[in-house]
Amino acid sequence: MATLQDRFNINSQLEHLQAKYVGTGHADLSRFEWAVNIHRDSYASYIGHHPILSYFAIAENESIGRVKYNMTQKMLLPCGVPPEKEEEL
Amino acid sequence: MYLYNLTLSRASGIQCAVYGNFSAPKAQEIVVSRGKTLELLRPDDTGRVQTIFSTEVFGCIRSLAPFRLTGASRDYIIVGSDSGRIVILEYIKEQNYFKKIHQETYGKSGCRRIVPGQYLAVDPKGRACLIGAMEKQKLVYVLNRDQAANLTISSPLEAHKSHNIVFCIVGLDMGFDNPVFAAIELDYADADQDPTGEAAGNAQKQLTLYELDLGLNHVTRKWSQEVDNGANLLVPVPGGADGPGGVLVCAENFIIYSNQDHADVRAVIPRRTSLLTDRGVLIVSYATHKQKSLFFFLVQSEYGDLYKVTLAYSGDTVTELKIKYFDTIPTCTSICVLKTGFLFAASEFGNHALYQFLSIGDDDDAVEASSAELMETQEGFQPVFFDPRPLQNLRLVDEVESMSPIMDFKVANLLKEEIPQLYAMCGRGARSTLRVLRPGLAATEIAVSPLPGNPTAVWTLKRSVNDAFDAYIIVSFTNATLVLSIGETVVEVNDSGFLGTVPTLRTQLLSDDSMLQIHPSGLRHIRADRRVNEWRAPGRRTIVKAATNEQQVVIALSGGELIYFELSLTGQLMEVEKKELSGDVVCLDIAPVPEGRQRSRFLAVASYDSSVRILSLDPEDMMSALAVQMVNAVPESLLFIDSPAADIAGKGEDATGAGGLFLNIGLLNGVLLRTEVDKVTGQLSDTRTRFLGTRPPKLFAVFVRGKRSMLALSSRPWLGYSDMGRYTLAPLSYEALDYASGFASDQCPEGFCAVSKGMLRILTLERLGEAFNQQVTRLRYTPRKFVVHPESNMLIVAEADHAAVPLAERAAMEDAMEADTAFTDGIEFDEDRAAVEEQHGAPKNSAGRWASCVRVLDPTSLQTSSVLELDGNEAAVSLCLLRFSNWPEEGMVLAVGTVQGLAFYPRTADEGFIRLYRFKDAGRRLELIHKTATGGIPGALAPFKGRLLAGVGSTLRIYDAGKKKLLRKCEHRKLPTHIATLATSGDRIYVGDLQESMHYFRYKANENALYEYADDIAPRHMTAALPLDYDTVACADKFCNIFVTRLPRDVSSQVEEDPTGGKFAGVAGLLNGAAHKLEDVVNFHVGDLVTSLQRAVLQPGGREVLLYATVMGAIGAMLPFTSREDVDFFSHLEMHLRQEHPPLGGRDHMSYRGSYFPVKDAIDGDLCEQFSQLPAAKQKSIAEELERTPGEILKKLEDIRNQVY
Repeated sequence: MATLQDRFNINSQLEHLQAKYVGTGHADLSRFEWAVNIHRDSYASYIGHHPILSYFAIAENESIGRVKYNMTQKMLLPCGVPPEKEEEL
Repeated sequence: MYLYNLTLSRASGIQCAVYGNFSAPKAQEIVVSRGKTLELLRPDDTGRVQTIFSTEVFGCIRSLAPFRLTGASRDYIIVGSDSGRIVILEYIKEQNYFKKIHQETYGKSGCRRIVPGQYLAVDPKGRACLIGAMEKQKLVYVLNRDQAANLTISSPLEAHKSHNIVFCIVGLDMGFDNPVFAAIELDYADADQDPTGEAAGNAQKQLTLYELDLGLNHVTRKWSQEVDNGANLLVPVPGGADGPGGVLVCAENFIIYSNQDHADVRAVIPRRTSLLTDRGVLIVSYATHKQKSLFFFLVQSEYGDLYKVTLAYSGDTVTELKIKYFDTIPTCTSICVLKTGFLFAASEFGNHALYQFLSIGDDDDAVEASSAELMETQEGFQPVFFDPRPLQNLRLVDEVESMSPIMDFKVANLLKEEIPQLYAMCGRGARSTLRVLRPGLAATEIAVSPLPGNPTAVWTLKRSVNDAFDAYIIVSFTNATLVLSIGETVVEVNDSGFLGTVPTLRTQLLSDDSMLQIHPSGLRHIRADRRVNEWRAPGRRTIVKAATNEQQVVIALSGGELIYFELSLTGQLMEVEKKELSGDVVCLDIAPVPEGRQRSRFLAVASYDSSVRILSLDPEDMMSALAVQMVNAVPESLLFIDSPAADIAGKGEDATGAGGLFLNIGLLNGVLLRTEVDKVTGQLSDTRTRFLGTRPPKLFAVFVRGKRSMLALSSRPWLGYSDMGRYTLAPLSYEALDYASGFASDQCPEGFCAVSKGMLRILTLERLGEAFNQQVTRLRYTPRKFVVHPESNMLIVAEADHAAVPLAERAAMEDAMEADTAFTDGIEFDEDRAAVEEQHGAPKNSAGRWASCVRVLDPTSLQTSSVLELDGNEAAVSLCLLRFSNWPEEGMVLAVGTVQGLAFYPRTADEGFIRLYRFKDAGRRLELIHKTATGGIPGALAPFKGRLLAGVGSTLRIYDAGKKKLLRKCEHRKLPTHIATLATSGDRIYVGDLQESMHYFRYKANENALYEYADDIAPRHMTAALPLDYDTVACADKFCNIFVTRLPRDVSSQVEEDPTGGKFAGVAGLLNGAAHKLEDVVNFHVGDLVTSLQRAVLQPGGREVLLYATVMGAIGAMLPFTSREDVDFFSHLEMHLRQEHPPLGGRDHMSYRGSYFPVKDAIDGDLCEQFSQLPAAKQKSIAEELERTPGEILKKLEDIRNQVY
């Protein structure tokens, strides 16, 4: 049964954060998961900042709408297919 | 070092635009976001788009939505930004500002993945809005009105769904059923877990409907259905009584009608014949037009083609979806259809445009794709093809200048003018331009005609006070007066009643429609019925100066006597009072008659003892002195002007306290004084000074936007007028004028006529409020970098476009090529063809294909003298001018860094080259000397001690000249990513890395080695760097920051002296870093991506400032403070304004300016300048805290701005 103390201990606080904020790390976070989060955050930030999006659009010589679509699409699998999970020891 | 940031020219690109009626019912208005500024635009009666109001929001605007409560006739604006707050604004017409109605916090600030703000959707009936994030979070707010009809907002309702990427959200038209929002979502939860990649391959986009149950106050996921995986955009279809409801899903190559319980109706988007088969067609913007009986959609593809989408339906069932090619205009971020039959197109890059609908494309035979004719073959659906054609359904009405993006700019005085010009490379692809900018307003000549003799003065007169247009132009010569009548043409007339044989001192139309001519020997009063009354100057005295308004006349006689006349009720000019003065009068002026009054109370008289007196014209204390001001030179001209703020003073929140009467005094030494006159006592206070030019300013009243404004003629003309409620004194980009007067006619409702050098000129000002006026010339591809040849003054521009077809290979060009073989390195392709490309866009090629050229351009004529088209898929990316010390006979040569087959994601290239060119024909032509392979991308080039310094990929290299090739002399290989910028000073080399900020290098000649001695601790993605002094570099990064980085003083001297004889070269830092670290001395988030930095003095006698240009087309300045006192003052003012006047977007100002790095030693002048928009009470309380008066603060703000330009 959860006591008052449990509610404030570090683990439940972390769990709460992880549930609330996507991308909050944890002790067993793999390199891949971390990278995926960073990439998704970056894409979201690029899309949010219009000047940066324009900058990409100029470099690629594509329309801003296309660049935005491509980036949103890349958020699905930003770092490629996840690696095979190692067997838990 | 402390810097003061000031935006000189606001961003001109548009991030998004929404249409609505914001100021009044049926007002056709557009609110646009320019990234960090919010503007209200309105096309005027002539179809010119005018900026009504513009404000900086100190936040990053990501989405805008207009919305209106049921039954209301005006729209509110909802702003989605990076503030973590939803902000609802209302435009208040009377005081001309955006009023924040609601601001509700829901999350963290910043453009984050899961914090809403990216997407905004409103219920068409104005009952609710949804604000969504890129992923997961969606919040629904219920909007309503209370009993006093104020807008209310509920607490948010959550409609979150984890692991879901959102592509688009819109509010569906449900009539008065519960509001429903539709979203395109993509679930990634499985793809993240599946190492085989199967789940990612199977990931399917969903069209999801979220219903807000108004009764239960609850949001549910109502319905979800698989949708085409290329879906990117939703367009709501009118519902309820107006149409079938539901949504159009725009996907790559298709538009699909979709609704709950309705089979999908799919049609292909017609594609250009010239388009490569592997390219899709994506819809990027849309507008809906709805009338009582019909509705249609205009959608625009990424290539700029507009399509008209119509639905055939009966009841709620859609039977057919048609997509018809409409017209082609440049690609837009937003398009808006105005109810009055206009289309506003907010271009991605380059000028925006307003088009008028000539037809709605019903009865032409343009290509059409229909759902009924959809053909499915083995390779998918059968495409429909068309070829873009010139505009048929639209007509261009107005263009709004946009410099977005400025790729590179330089300040130089190549034309030997009084002030230097800014040369900015703007635009992208076929819409690229070189713009020559001059600080000042653009004056357009309407007519220029020679006059006989040398005119001294000019006036315009109306026939009657109520007339809108002027009837006469009166030109005075030294011994004669010429009267011209304005009609179809301007002709000389002799029946006006004016005396032609004398020079004229002044003319005036009096309030009873009689005209007055003042000449040295008397007054000639021409009554409306052409009876003439003459008044003669007594004895041998002559009239030397005169001042008039519609009711009052004051003349000054030689010897210093003033005589005052008033227009009596019977229409007679009655002499009222005389006054002997101690000396001659230099100049005088009467204030305009205040509305509803008989007379003005103030007369200003200046005399040769450098004093200006205010005399009373009130019958009670006639001719008594009210105030005296001593000035530091003899005045030349006086003018009373009502402050623009005066007419909104006291009307509530936004009224400023600065309203009042101002006396402008032009002094013999070229200085203009502006002094406030107390409207009751006549006391003079709060004098501002400004140096205008080398000639004593002559002041004239002209009308600008219906308000009496001041034209000051010095060595260049200046205009003092009200721009969005703020008094602005701006130079005109025009030659010096001698005398001027307001001018209004049919063709030119608001202009002025002026005389100079025996010519009569009629001028008008078109783009008020713009800090720079532009001269534009077309370029071929996107400009990347340019240099100015110091001797021939020629501009050499490197242009390159990715995924483009080189000019020579373009199909449409082939015929021209055959006709003219000198075409590719000839002058320029012809104007017609360029205009077509500008309209339709350049043809697309596959990724990794480049088109590029190097151009030599003459800045005087703006003519291209030669173009070298690069072949072999090479793209010019960098260039520099240099002299090789081992090759002195060659003189100055041009090095161009090119790269072959550059591709992105990841950045790879087949080969890089450095091409060396010599100049021919006095710098007008280039000749290739040789071409050297570099083995990497030569991203930056710089001259260094008679050799060439090149950043090749992550290698820094020194080349020396050889006869056949450049010779590698020395290199340093270990830079982190890629060299983006290079600058040198003495022995030092400042290298900017694409991702890892600045690195300082030194070259040791005796060891022939480059070594790094200092670097930065922060990972900055550099875009521009500019050395300020030996230790200091100003830099800009990709995340919209400007920072100044400096080598600590002790390190600097150590490095210089290096007593160990090279020990420092061997010292390695920790973790592969350099031994020493740079310090950031200034940090500032501009909020716009800075592409180029320059140092310049923008006006004679002005201070040197750091100028920056941005992707959104803004030009700003950072002014270094010179005194600690100013720093204190402005940082306190900034602090108070942060508290008292929080930014409109809801973002905290300090956290915005410190978005990536805490703001350091930079004061935001844009915020400080908003002080003048505060209500008087707030101004006063802030001023008290600073122990000053509001006037003093405004003066300081004006002073510091005047130091820049």
